[in-house]
Amino acid sequence: MSPSARRPVEQRPVRVVSAHLSLRQRLAAIWGARELLAYLVSADVKIKYKGSFLGIMWSMVSPAMSIAIYFLVFQVILKNGVPDYVVMLWAGMLAWTLFSTIINTATGIIVQRSGIVKKVAFPREILALSTVGTATVYFFLQFIVLAILMAVMGHAPAWSELWLLPLSFLALLLLASAFGVFLSAANVYFRDTAHLVEVGIFLWFWLTPVVYSYQRTVAPMLGAKGLAWIYLINPITPIVLTFQRVLYGQTSVTATTPDHSAITVLPEWSALHYAALNGLLVAIGLALFFWAIRIFGRLQGNFAEEL
Amino acid sequence: MTSVVDVANVEKTFKLYKQRHKSLKDRVLHPGKGNATELTVLQDVSFSVGEGETIGVLGRNGSGKSTLLKCICGVLQPTAGQITVRGDLAGLLELGAGFQPELSGRDNVYLSASMLGLSRRKVDSVFDEIVAFSELEKFIDTPVKFFSSGMYVRLGFAVAVTAAPDVLVVDEVLAVGDERFQAKCMDRIRQFQSDGRTILLVSHNADQVRSLCSRAVVLEKGRLVADASAGEAVKVFREHLLGTQESKATSTGEDSDVVIEWVRGVSGSFTARTNERFEFLTNVRASAPVEGAFVLELYDQAGRLVARTDATKSPISLSAGMQELNVAIEELPLLDGAYQMNIGIVSPDGDTVLAWREQIAVLEVAYVGRGAGQVALRLNVH
Repeated sequence: MSPSARRPVEQRPVRVVSAHLSLRQRLAAIWGARELLAYLVSADVKIKYKGSFLGIMWSMVSPAMSIAIYFLVFQVILKNGVPDYVVMLWAGMLAWTLFSTIINTATGIIVQRSGIVKKVAFPREILALSTVGTATVYFFLQFIVLAILMAVMGHAPAWSELWLLPLSFLALLLLASAFGVFLSAANVYFRDTAHLVEVGIFLWFWLTPVVYSYQRTVAPMLGAKGLAWIYLINPITPIVLTFQRVLYGQTSVTATTPDHSAITVLPEWSALHYAALNGLLVAIGLALFFWAIRIFGRLQGNFAEEL
Repeated sequence: MTSVVDVANVEKTFKLYKQRHKSLKDRVLHPGKGNATELTVLQDVSFSVGEGETIGVLGRNGSGKSTLLKCICGVLQPTAGQITVRGDLAGLLELGAGFQPELSGRDNVYLSASMLGLSRRKVDSVFDEIVAFSELEKFIDTPVKFFSSGMYVRLGFAVAVTAAPDVLVVDEVLAVGDERFQAKCMDRIRQFQSDGRTILLVSHNADQVRSLCSRAVVLEKGRLVADASAGEAVKVFREHLLGTQESKATSTGEDSDVVIEWVRGVSGSFTARTNERFEFLTNVRASAPVEGAFVLELYDQAGRLVARTDATKSPISLSAGMQELNVAIEELPLLDGAYQMNIGIVSPDGDTVLAWREQIAVLEVAYVGRGAGQVALRLNVH
């Protein structure tokens, strides 16, 4: 064995095993395991498409299919008249798919990996966060495909508002991580959480203006009664709107329907308004994330017994 | 001396459910807590391990030793109390536990090493060593799902020990692989010791603890009943073992308490000569007549088991009351040295210990010839 340099006892990191770890200690432990997080994500990605001919491109098949179907239904059959509708659809789906993939995979991850949870000690939050990492990898792949599509179509994004995208992305990641971490722990104690989440996510999708336009359908209906804010309680709505605003680039367009009327597809808020909304969501996301880590910390002490 | 592992007033309680309501639906249909009974597995356990010590944790099945180890590794959290570990700790609770079957051996080395808390840089520097130790050079890029269970375990052990943590926790995993690999593992453990690293070894094998550990703690029903030198601790362990086995003897109808009172050499001393007969007397008291068998153990100064006699070869029947047994070693094939002697009386099938005395005497062997070593070989050269 190579005689590696050993630190004196006094200088070694101290690890405390106790039922009561502070939030700071938990966060420090998670930070300390960031390399493990990277390995888990790369292992996930490698395993998923190992030995398949198309490899990682398979990750595109499912979102591409849903986009194709929604396009067919809303544009071709229902004739919503939105020009370059596929860009709008894809932009919203990009944000939604990231969110829903994280929630769906994170919920079951602790139970699914019970083998290591029972045998190896590491911050268990890392398992939930690894699903965030994996989903993010696929998010960027889909993002690149969208960028290529937009280049081919000659559809320009709103360049001056591009900076909103990272902010919105951060809010989305924080919210999804918070829900993911919490649900992964809850599922250990209530095994039907996973089923509830599946149904919940399905409903949530239709409450989020991804395939239909917020401005053309929801806003006039609820806005007349002064209730538009209700729709914005759904934290994913402002994020999806931001993605669409930045990537689709326009708020008012000329419809492709025979009457060529002018339609407003997205709310005509200023960039600052979007920034404020997203900033608020980042703050909420951060608070929820810390809360989820706290709850997770309280529940994880018994994981090895409950599994 | 600064302690590396500090276990302070640790308590662990499990909740046992007759019927577990595992889903939200069940909880709604059956409100209330369910019928849980609490089971305290560890109670007020405190001890500390100093730098460079090798500590054995002895205990019968169900004494809480694995739970204690899991708490030290951080897989379980104690219900009360606290454990402080200084430096990196690698726990060998199960070898290759974090392996992903679809990934190559190489990827799994990195994955499981980082699960043990190692940085990528450190793994890079010891990677070749890990592969060499596991003897899997040819297969390191093969997915581990194609590995045999022996290969799997070898790679797992190699990762954990080559990681060279400050503290190594071993839970009965040394009984893996073929004999040659086991020997290699033991070598590595001894090297670990000579490097001055700290080891916690859980075992119910008293011989292993005696030969590897400087100190040992004994757990009995979740309580720490001894924290002493390995020999002392083994003694306590054996005595507790028979303390709890008495009830078993009762249930089989053999209602007899057997106690070994003392031993005495026939010549007055406990000195024997090589290749000669050695005789000693022992006084045994039994509360009722019982059938048994006599066992004798000898240990050398390093704590290695030199001999344990076959119980089935020396049956005895004890009558109620005090009696003197005459024990003779017909021919003692040992060269000079002092040997710790343990004697015991077990049930005829050898399964139950009726009475046991640890380190009851030291047998000194005198040898006048020129041979060297431990065993007296008698050659016949033509």
